[in-house]
Amino acid sequence: MLIPHPLLGLRDSQEFTYLGDAALMDRPDPAGGNAEAAFTDYVFLRDNPAGVHRELWFHEQGDRSWLVVTRDTVTHEILGAELARDVKLNEEGAQ
Amino acid sequence: MRFSGFRVVKEALTGHKGWGMLWRNPDPKPAYDIVIVGGGGHGLATAFYLAKTFKQARVAVLEKGWLGSGNIGRNTTIIRSNYLLPGNEPFYEFSMKLWENLEQETNFNSMVSQRGIINLYHTDGQRDAYRRRGNAMLLAGADARLLGQDEVREIAPFLNFDNARFPIKGGLMQPRAGTARHDGVAWGYARGADMRGVDIIQNCEVTGFRIEGGKVQGVETSRGYIGAGKVGVAVAGNSSRVMAMAGMRLPIESHVLQAFVSEGLKPTIPGVITFGAGHFYVSQSDKGGLVFGGDIDGYNSYAQRGNLPVVEDVIEGGMALMPMIGRARLLRSWGGIMDMSMDGSPIIDRTEIDGLYFNGGWCYGGFKATPASGYAFAHLLATDRPHETAEAYRFDRFARGYVIDEKGVGAQPNLH
Repeated sequence: MLIPHPLLGLRDSQEFTYLGDAALMDRPDPAGGNAEAAFTDYVFLRDNPAGVHRELWFHEQGDRSWLVVTRDTVTHEILGAELARDVKLNEEGAQ
Repeated sequence: MRFSGFRVVKEALTGHKGWGMLWRNPDPKPAYDIVIVGGGGHGLATAFYLAKTFKQARVAVLEKGWLGSGNIGRNTTIIRSNYLLPGNEPFYEFSMKLWENLEQETNFNSMVSQRGIINLYHTDGQRDAYRRRGNAMLLAGADARLLGQDEVREIAPFLNFDNARFPIKGGLMQPRAGTARHDGVAWGYARGADMRGVDIIQNCEVTGFRIEGGKVQGVETSRGYIGAGKVGVAVAGNSSRVMAMAGMRLPIESHVLQAFVSEGLKPTIPGVITFGAGHFYVSQSDKGGLVFGGDIDGYNSYAQRGNLPVVEDVIEGGMALMPMIGRARLLRSWGGIMDMSMDGSPIIDRTEIDGLYFNGGWCYGGFKATPASGYAFAHLLATDRPHETAEAYRFDRFARGYVIDEKGVGAQPNLH
């Protein structure tokens, strides 16, 4: 698989380390009232869809950036890639 | 129809006209006491033990494709019980004992062959860890032998003992481990269940659950609604998709695991051998092909095919372990979809929905577990209590902090 890195262009997926669902970027509030239950869900439960999946890849053997890659888990087709940092900043800007 | 030596001779003399179909192909009835979703190894084994051991008469198995079309037909056929942790080892040893009697129990030749497995060690630290594992196996009633280099050399002289980076110092052997004919296991269980009245309904995809007042009433399928007192789901690989129809999220990611087979060769490899310095395991089928595999690809996938980097990684492991494998030609490679759970161990449990039961999360170790998984799931479905060897396989172990993490890598499915 080739991942279209927003800064470096097409890169071999072998240069990356896979973490999992991009929802892992949204950590629950550790001081929240239901923190224990929220963290149990956060750490252990996954949507695991068949189809389009947004997921975190780390460019370990490249520029060491975290990417949010949108990929189809049924066909392995890669539909897009963004810097995770940009995704987070956009989310915060939208709030 | 019972298989026996006498029967083979009789059929040989009468033109083989008496062999019938191994199972019926029935239409679904309006309702059953117990409906098993998934006609793979685990689902069929569950139905078999429900009918035979727990005397359940009205049981159906629903399979979306053809019988045994999933991972029971895609694995590398290894059976073993060389686990470490108390939550796992008694269960897998129970499975090993069921394997040893499987052919008598199902009256079907599943070609169970106890040719032994050797896990190689390459350092003193690894030897000590294997000694501990071997002792844990002995405590659970399994068999284990720690071999020195000379003993391994006697069994498998072709290994690369003097590899500069990973010299082979010895191995942990389980002599009772081995291989079985994977399709034969599915067929034997299917035939045994069918003979005892279980309806195996193929080309029947479950499209939803009918749940009223927190209790399951039945399943919607591509062949109409089927009522059910209890529903047991055994669809590893697709567990998250199926259970999402009941509104559940699971501690599971689906990943692809590749496997490989070479052209047929003369007998070379005496049992199952695993590399201790990389992830590579190999055995030889009765047809002569070297059957081998290694790591999962490492990203979520439902594709039933993998990519080239892992192919290279597996072959590199093979070349490091036994350089002669480089002279064999690869015949086929394929992929299967694994339920990778968050601690590397399975789940056999009730759900929050009354009457809905779940069996999954087998990671890439489901084949060896087939008999015990079926037995334990049948036990749970029939008695509402977990089987004594499967008590640790609960959904709530994650929240309670009782994970069963053989590799000790935490909630990161692609590392298990």
